[in-house]
Amino acid sequence: MADEQSRVAARPLSDKPTLRLSGKDILGICEMSVPEIELILDTAESFKEVSAREIKKVPTLRGKTVINLFFEASTRTRTSFEIAAKRLSADTINISASSSSAVKGETLIDTGKNLEAMNPDCIVIRHSASGAPHLLARLMRVPVINAGDGAHEHPTQALLDLFTVREKRGRLAGLNVAIVGDILHSRVARSNIHGFTKMGAEVHLAGPQTMMPAEVERLGVRCHTSLREVIPWADVIMMLRIQLERQGGGFFPTLREYSRFFGLNLELLKAAKPEVLIMHPGPMNRGVEISPEVADGPFSVILDQVSNGVAVRMALLYLLVGGEREPDRSSP
Amino acid sequence: MNLLIKKARVVDPASGFDGPMDVLVEGGKIAELGQEIPESKVSMGAPKNRENDPAHPGGGVINGTGKVLVPGLIDMHCHLREPGFEYKETIESGSLAGAAGGYTSLACMANTLPVNDNPAVTEYILRQAREKAWTNIFPIGAVTKELKGESLAEIGELKNAGVVALSDDGKPLTNAGLFRRALEYAKGFGLTIISHCEDLNLVGQGVMNEGFVSTTLGLGGIPNAAEEVMVLRDIALAELTGASLHVAHVSTAESVRAIREAKARGVKVTAETAPHYFTLNDEAVWGFDPNTKMNPPLRTAKDVAAVIAGLKDGTLDAIATDHAPQTSIEKDVEFDYAANGIIGLETALPLTLRLVHEGSLTLMTAIEKLTLQPARILGLDKGRLKVGADADLTLIDLAREQTVDVNQFKSKSRNSPFHGWKLKGLAILTIVGGRIVHRVPDLS
Repeated sequence: MADEQSRVAARPLSDKPTLRLSGKDILGICEMSVPEIELILDTAESFKEVSAREIKKVPTLRGKTVINLFFEASTRTRTSFEIAAKRLSADTINISASSSSAVKGETLIDTGKNLEAMNPDCIVIRHSASGAPHLLARLMRVPVINAGDGAHEHPTQALLDLFTVREKRGRLAGLNVAIVGDILHSRVARSNIHGFTKMGAEVHLAGPQTMMPAEVERLGVRCHTSLREVIPWADVIMMLRIQLERQGGGFFPTLREYSRFFGLNLELLKAAKPEVLIMHPGPMNRGVEISPEVADGPFSVILDQVSNGVAVRMALLYLLVGGEREPDRSSP
Repeated sequence: MNLLIKKARVVDPASGFDGPMDVLVEGGKIAELGQEIPESKVSMGAPKNRENDPAHPGGGVINGTGKVLVPGLIDMHCHLREPGFEYKETIESGSLAGAAGGYTSLACMANTLPVNDNPAVTEYILRQAREKAWTNIFPIGAVTKELKGESLAEIGELKNAGVVALSDDGKPLTNAGLFRRALEYAKGFGLTIISHCEDLNLVGQGVMNEGFVSTTLGLGGIPNAAEEVMVLRDIALAELTGASLHVAHVSTAESVRAIREAKARGVKVTAETAPHYFTLNDEAVWGFDPNTKMNPPLRTAKDVAAVIAGLKDGTLDAIATDHAPQTSIEKDVEFDYAANGIIGLETALPLTLRLVHEGSLTLMTAIEKLTLQPARILGLDKGRLKVGADADLTLIDLAREQTVDVNQFKSKSRNSPFHGWKLKGLAILTIVGGRIVHRVPDLS
């Protein structure tokens, strides 16, 4: 057992990854290949052990600087990235900025150029505008990791979700995955649709018709307007957070009604497969899209998702930043 | 100065003429049209042949062999940004861009600062035009004060000051009752209202066409119906009032169908589209390039086909540029925050000629939509080649290829999605009122 652990841990603890990702950045799952996703998940598996140690730190990214540039509020994702970077011995800087460049008086491009002038090794960005990380990535030499952009993608969330399901089930191919709720505004849904379908799972969506994006079936998914319909079929049920402010926006009448038709509770779960996994990207609205009994129940892997997030983000930082540049041997 | 263009293929949609003809220009007018006009007519009355004088380029005889001579192009919908946004474009720079693109007349929209909703602004535009413009400039007045959609602008005063049409372009007039009154009132002054058809409630937070691409990119979608419901409303109001309605920048299949049906039952409605709506679709937005963001948004391939069919069967009367200059300040930002619009004066002709090269439109029809039709809709005595008409002429080399380079544009702005495109067909000579305002260096 100890042998097994040291074997898997051996690879990422070297300074340089032997396998590489094709691009400089992590902007979305849409552009990612299956071997790349597998590389990230395998690497994360090795890193998971680090967080279980008494001294939760490896020197892999010593001397590297990771900037968390968050234009949108986040506790979980930002903390997860910060912990991931620190466990790799990188220095981390957190910047919380107003999400509207107009309000802030500085453009995203200017912010990016200023940060780059301070020579960081990686920028992690969250932004309320879809495509903002792409704008940043185009002008920066260093890797940019998308920590969520508008309703576009949240690739690290999808990777940790894939990791969690693979860990629990031993595979992804052939599984039935239901994603439930506000698909229209959800970057988590989009990244997971790309991720699970690429890995050979079947993805069905359920939610009010008002929250189904146009032509979403072309992403290779099926849509349902009833949660009840997908429960017996699903190996994984992923509940999405309903933004409370959507109430009154014409998407659904009241939270009460939403909860009644699209909230997951124990009663509904009776029809589920015996080994069903219940997931939620957080933060949860207990009693709205998910009942407390389900969130805290035996099928829930919601906290495993959070733990695995650190390992997945360590893997990404390692693959993108680790051994990025050859050490300069010419100068003293 | 007088000028003789020899042996060009003359295409004149008003008369339907398409064939070789010589054109003599004298005193800013077309003096003679005919076969074999002797060159001796040029030297007579001219102070000297200034063919090689850089200060006065272009006098004398121009060999049009192998080229196409058409009435000068007329853009019935552009934004020249003056007064108020001179850092984006001015009447001088915009008209220079127009001249370079083969345009001899530009009708500029009222969404300036201050808005062209009163005679003082109209007169200012016309004075700037007289002093600085390279083309004819025809101001379009606002329908409502400050484009607010609340009360009518002084339409009669605007007419007297020289506006050729009315539009709150950039903003839809959401109050149907007020739009009805505007149509009625404008009719009394012989002015057409150019309507920007957009239901803002349906647009919501949308920034691009609603469909597979917006879904995948996570960008807010604008459904086709946002345009169609307003087109249908405006048609109903045009029918009610008997007034002339012109629908701006048609982008959807449903709008084309609605206009086709309205025309068939005799409603006085005309319509335009812009080159990007028959050239690009929403697939261009992959990559989040803000130069693919405009209003209405780029639609789907199905809509592009319907727009081309609408041009072909005459449902869409005119091709306008919707030239909308924006600088890096407005465009080098997140897609959601980027301003709408692209510039078009220097690419509209070659993009229209693509339809001719691919066989979708005849050359005659294409030229008609760039000249005679806009003139007819705006009530301008232009867009035709006849003796005594203003000598507004454009000479086109249909075969000439060029790669679009926004850094070579005369416009002050660079916001074009066509940078790097290889296009065939170019305006090689532009003449406004007998004066050469653009010529390619190697023209003999």
